[in-house]
Amino acid sequence: MSEYIIKNGKVYDPKTGIKGDISDVCIKNGKIAEKVSSKAKIIDAKGKTVMAGAVEVHAHVAGPKVNEGRNFRPEDKLFTYQPTGKNTRMAGGFSIPTTFKTGYEYAKMGYTTVMEAAMPPLYARHVHEEIKDTPIIDEGAFPVFGNNWFVFEYLKNDEMDNVCAYISWLLRATRGYAIKIVNPGGSEAWGWGENCATVNDPVPYFDITPAEIVKGLLTANEKMGLPHSIHIHSNNLGNPGNFETTLDTLKIAEGVRPDNKFGREQVLHHTHVQFHSYKGDNWANFESGSKEIADYFNKNKNMTMDLGCVTLDETTTMTADGPFEHHLTSLNHLKWANVDVELETSSGIVPYVYDPNIKVCAIQWCIGLELGLLAKDPMRTFITTDHPNAGPFTRYPRIMKWLMSDKTRQNMLKGFKNSDKVIAATNLASIDRELTMYEIAQMTRAGPARSLGLYNIFGGLAPGMDADVAVFNIDEDRIEDPEDIEKAFSAADCVFKSGTMVVENGEVISNGNKRTLWVDAKIPMNQQVKRDVQMKFLKFYSMNLNNYEVSNHYVPNPYVIEVDN
Amino acid sequence: MDIVKLTLTKVPGLFLEAENITPDHFAGKNAQQIGELHVHLGNQTAKISDYFSVEGKGGATAADTRIIVSGPTDKVKYIGMKMTAGEIEIQGNTDMYTAAWMAGGKIHVKGNVDSFCAIGMTGGEFIVDGNAKNYLGASYRGDWRGMQGGKIIVKGNAGSDTATFMNGGTIDIGGNVDVHLGTHAEGGKIIVRGDAKGRVGGQMVKGDIFVLGQVERMMPTYIYKGEEEAELDGKKQLFKVWIGDMGERHGKRKGEIIYGKIYIPSDGAEGIAAATHVEKKKKLTEKQLDKVKEVFKDQEPTVQQVRTYIFDSFDVDMKPMQVSRLIEGLKR
Repeated sequence: MSEYIIKNGKVYDPKTGIKGDISDVCIKNGKIAEKVSSKAKIIDAKGKTVMAGAVEVHAHVAGPKVNEGRNFRPEDKLFTYQPTGKNTRMAGGFSIPTTFKTGYEYAKMGYTTVMEAAMPPLYARHVHEEIKDTPIIDEGAFPVFGNNWFVFEYLKNDEMDNVCAYISWLLRATRGYAIKIVNPGGSEAWGWGENCATVNDPVPYFDITPAEIVKGLLTANEKMGLPHSIHIHSNNLGNPGNFETTLDTLKIAEGVRPDNKFGREQVLHHTHVQFHSYKGDNWANFESGSKEIADYFNKNKNMTMDLGCVTLDETTTMTADGPFEHHLTSLNHLKWANVDVELETSSGIVPYVYDPNIKVCAIQWCIGLELGLLAKDPMRTFITTDHPNAGPFTRYPRIMKWLMSDKTRQNMLKGFKNSDKVIAATNLASIDRELTMYEIAQMTRAGPARSLGLYNIFGGLAPGMDADVAVFNIDEDRIEDPEDIEKAFSAADCVFKSGTMVVENGEVISNGNKRTLWVDAKIPMNQQVKRDVQMKFLKFYSMNLNNYEVSNHYVPNPYVIEVDN
Repeated sequence: MDIVKLTLTKVPGLFLEAENITPDHFAGKNAQQIGELHVHLGNQTAKISDYFSVEGKGGATAADTRIIVSGPTDKVKYIGMKMTAGEIEIQGNTDMYTAAWMAGGKIHVKGNVDSFCAIGMTGGEFIVDGNAKNYLGASYRGDWRGMQGGKIIVKGNAGSDTATFMNGGTIDIGGNVDVHLGTHAEGGKIIVRGDAKGRVGGQMVKGDIFVLGQVERMMPTYIYKGEEEAELDGKKQLFKVWIGDMGERHGKRKGEIIYGKIYIPSDGAEGIAAATHVEKKKKLTEKQLDKVKEVFKDQEPTVQQVRTYIFDSFDVDMKPMQVSRLIEGLKR
């Protein structure tokens, strides 16, 4: 494999603690190396920023609901298609891009690892088919467990060993990466036309509460020592006054210590917190609850979060939180797709326009950024848009601009139609913190990698780690116009993926060597669980067990994270 | 105002996609520069000058530019797409997407237009002297934003699915329309001076539809509300009014629920006919039966042939089964 040396760049790397010092990065045999031979190709990064390849912790980029979104939103693709290029295939779409565009756009922004945030186990094969078709980036997928009948029954009967055995089996069967929980209990209650609005609302028939589900899965996760913690989207998303539900959920993890061999320091990851930080009783007195949430996060070091920033675009919301999507379509009266995934979860899709002239949307925009600015530890706070729910991932550079420039934020705030009302309902006007390049590297590289238990291979530039490196044409000390931040991060100067140069001058030049990450928890299936699985498939599932498991040809290039117990 | 004259000199083999033919693109360009703008033909890209002769020059701004397109332009799509100002006059027919997403200015087509014309229109004026096909002033596939403003005048007939998801503006059709008029509409005004085929205002939330001729069959989700005076063409007239679609959500204003409304003139005989479903006669007279016998003597006609003949000649709508028995009878 070829050798590279990236010379004289300003390096930002939390792993080695380099904060913008001029330094060289060597790449050899697909890994970061101490030094390279004189034959190495020199890349001059003078006056440029060098970071590790970014790690996406939460995005909906593959699977049945993403594809259904593509199907039922032809207008999202209109005028967006790019014809086949020298190294690229035809690609298009805006909020729900094609798999190819997903790979190309992530790579251009310097992202090299992406996690698909919600995989319905029943449709795991579809998820992996799309992952396989997404070029360049390494991907993993989180199967959803928060509304699973097996989990409900084992937890209700206090059979923790069976929970662990089942989780281990399902991770293997679906080639999944972590335990995702979406609206615990609520999506199942949706089957009865109900929802769980608080952590103490029991699920009909199963008589288990969201709090018990979260506590149970959290305990199982630590018992098994999985690389990632539980990844939770708590109850009552998107409703005024929901910050209390969010705090109730977070309190379940209070004081629990992480137990794993992957360097992970949290026991709970709360995703798209912006959607869960609302105060007020209704949409008229709707206001930001970011202070309460950020304060709690700052005090409790065993939790991480990602922001879910609203980018004020027209987008497509899609989530395994079926009842929420029904609620949303009754608010905006746009088209709605909905599905019940048998014993496992539900799902819904609704297009949504975040209009800056609408007060609620502008407040949501503020909350996302406030959380990023009020959180004191960037290693525990990650930039996301919950793609495509709060905005497409292609807007990350814009969010970085907003987080790094107080001036841009204040101009936006003043420009809103309901500016006074928005400022009164939020804290953003009084926050003048500007994030540094090092903090951005923590929020997009080191932090997400550590929380996923991948900090020994991704998210840093220490020798021996995977050579995922991005060079951006920007110098932190010479930023004249904040727009330059967005421009630089939108199209990286060059990007390396496992030592292969995949992007040069903002253009994709190689389709890389994409891998699928999955976790083998290695807990043997016990007889009880085996029988339960067989019985459930015989009795309830519409599918044969043999057609359920993801076989190897769906995952042609796996990267298995093995868990030693 | 500067004039650009485009004359189609070579009829394209495939359909020509000419979204660059707008005053916005022509403004500030001379004939040669205009000729250099691209057109698409399947997966090939060509120049305007490959298919058109270009005379004159564009004005300083789009508003100062008038384009006259002549020649057999039946296979040219997307003329005037997204135009914001200025004028286009098309002397013949055009294909699909003419005036699509138009935002301002004026387009006058002297011939006919195909489907999807003026979809998602937000402003300006679109005049067609001939007929328009389906999806006139509707939304793009999947979109919920149909015509939102401006004015469409079609002197002839319009096809099906006219004004789907219309949210504003006015559509004035001189002739008849096919089925599905104003489906999902949430505002705007539609005037049909001829007949409407049926399924008028399905799932309409808000908006006004005037049918001056006959509505073949009113949707069952519409309720007759009585007579009401409304203004049309500058004078007040009495109309019979139906409200609906009762199966949809409806907003409130000043405590009153706002429905979609269908207006049919009170004085016209057709209006009354529209109110009650017109049952066609189902039986033939002896005299007519003899005529049928004579026409199909020594033949073995199909059911369809006989049924069509009866419908066309005597205006009797017989069921296929009846016709089949009739033929059996004729044989004997």
